[in-house]
Amino acid sequence: MSSAAKTETARRPHLLRAIFSHRAVWPLLALALILVVDGLISPGFFRIRIVEGRLFGNLIDILYRAMPTAVVALGMAVVIGTKGIDLSVGSIIAIVGAVISWRIHADDPHLAILFFALAVGVLCGLWNGFLVAVLDIQPIIATLILMTSGRGVGLLINLIYGGTNPSFTSPLLQGLSVGHVGLVPTRLVVGAAIFAALWLLIRRTALGLFLEAVGGNAAAARLTGVNARAVIFSAYLISGLCAAWAGVVLAADTHTSDPVSIGLYIELDAILAVVIGGGSLSGGRIYLGMTVLGALVIQALTTSILTSGLPPEYNLVVKAFVVIVVLLMQSNNLRTALYGLLPRRAR
Amino acid sequence: MNEKYLPLVATIAVFLALFGIGGALYSHFLSTLVLGDILADNAFIIIAAIGTTFVILSGGIDLSVGSMIGFVGVVIANLDAVGWHPLASAALMLAFGLAFGGLQGLIVDFCEIQPFIVTLAGLFLLRGACFMINLDAVPIHHPFVEAFSSVSVQLPGEGYLRSSALVMLAVLVVAIVIAHFTRFGSNVYAIGGDRVSAALMGVPMRRTTVGIYALGGFYSALGGVVYAFYTSSGYPLAGTGNELTAIASVVLGGTMLTGGVGLVAGTLFGGMILGLIATLINFNGSLNGAWIMISGGVLLFIFIVMQRFLVGSFKFGRTT
Repeated sequence: MSSAAKTETARRPHLLRAIFSHRAVWPLLALALILVVDGLISPGFFRIRIVEGRLFGNLIDILYRAMPTAVVALGMAVVIGTKGIDLSVGSIIAIVGAVISWRIHADDPHLAILFFALAVGVLCGLWNGFLVAVLDIQPIIATLILMTSGRGVGLLINLIYGGTNPSFTSPLLQGLSVGHVGLVPTRLVVGAAIFAALWLLIRRTALGLFLEAVGGNAAAARLTGVNARAVIFSAYLISGLCAAWAGVVLAADTHTSDPVSIGLYIELDAILAVVIGGGSLSGGRIYLGMTVLGALVIQALTTSILTSGLPPEYNLVVKAFVVIVVLLMQSNNLRTALYGLLPRRAR
Repeated sequence: MNEKYLPLVATIAVFLALFGIGGALYSHFLSTLVLGDILADNAFIIIAAIGTTFVILSGGIDLSVGSMIGFVGVVIANLDAVGWHPLASAALMLAFGLAFGGLQGLIVDFCEIQPFIVTLAGLFLLRGACFMINLDAVPIHHPFVEAFSSVSVQLPGEGYLRSSALVMLAVLVVAIVIAHFTRFGSNVYAIGGDRVSAALMGVPMRRTTVGIYALGGFYSALGGVVYAFYTSSGYPLAGTGNELTAIASVVLGGTMLTGGVGLVAGTLFGGMILGLIATLINFNGSLNGAWIMISGGVLLFIFIVMQRFLVGSFKFGRTT
């Protein structure tokens, strides 16, 4: 940055500068812009009605559909905070779906099945943690192993009792996924509870500090006495559990175990949510609220493409453009360069 | 022996061992026919993986490979339908791959956004573009494509090298020359080994980064061209997930994802190992696709752990 540009920046009003340098601005602007465009295209977009004793409307729908991605993204945010990454979340979801379907066909009590599902998440998390923390393998490659083989494991579990994509019903699990408590969908209530629990864990216990310390500088954290190995283990454990819960919700929603396509690309959406929320892949920071905001931006975009009448084929391209724009606006170099292009009067 | 060849030797040993296992299990497996088929069937993915090798050697990653393969095929097939010569559309797509990759590299370097995220956006963009052009598989009817497929060189035994394998071997040689005998190649290794030192030593960071991703884009576009010619069609879902196969080939080939360490030639054997596993499972007949995924993962695991303990020592020699 040239010295002239520096003084120009310094002359701007403090409030404006504070607002525009706050990390929440760009994702919030993106979300607001998407919603405004929606409101212009389809009047009544924001209307929320009560149908059959539950809330109903586009805004609720965005929250409802964003919930699995948001929960996965919360776990991802914790892992990314330790300078890691978890590519295996989609595969964990596939295994969870297969295990649920398998145990339901084996007539286990459904509450036990819920614990089995979470146990799958714990096991997968421990496996990833073992590879990263004990064998010291780079996270992207360590979790790539489970990512490539996990869906195969799901298919094999399906084969145990001879089904291809077996379907199942479970009042308990489906209640957790598509049911509602009072007016509010159950999955949103559970999602809020998961968020609150994670927030308390990260912001009100020492673990959060250790996670960010390990992500910021693992060697320094180790020297100050942080058990980096245990901290990294716990990060992948949290991510595995979050993915397992998303697996319960998604599998119960579709009533089937379809390991090939369930949760496909959810790891990419989750990573995007973290990055749109301002999390850096180089670790050291965990922004839980911003991550949820990132997941909402992604889902709002998808929903608005569907409601606007654009062909669904446009979804990926529009998503790519929004991601690129949000990211470019977060880049200091580009902001400075664009700022330099403005005529002097307008600065 | 120079320790930098250890991973390559390990990769070749694994390939030979797997080939030997196949020979012990099935008669007729140990033949140049099977070898030629593996080379031809996996040529497109190995070509793309060669480009990915440069990106990974520099410490980056390229997730847009699979979408590029699909996009190139869809464009070539749809241009064929309006009367373009396949060679003309292939040349156009190679230029596009070069430009698209270069743009990704520019964003990575100028905007300081992680390559993972930039190329992820590339993945979405190109796959979405496939869907926007055409949702159906489009055949390529031009006689040139048929002529291309019929070119082959006889190998000793009953096997032969098909045109896709020939293209792959040719561009592999080019890549080896670029990586090991040019200044650009040395710069790639320098950036991957230690970015800061490389910058301080005067490596032109922006030019090299753009060049690396442009090369990656070019090679994945070439992989797409070969795939489209080999299958004589363009399909919008083609190449889905191939970025991971490419990365796995690079890793199995002995290149470290931390960057700076590895050989381009290893990627050939890494890709062939994955192709060999799929062939073995197809020969068996009673195993299904689930086993391909699982054995791929298991092999990746064994290989990474082996690398970690056998050759990992020299990663630590470098960083501490």
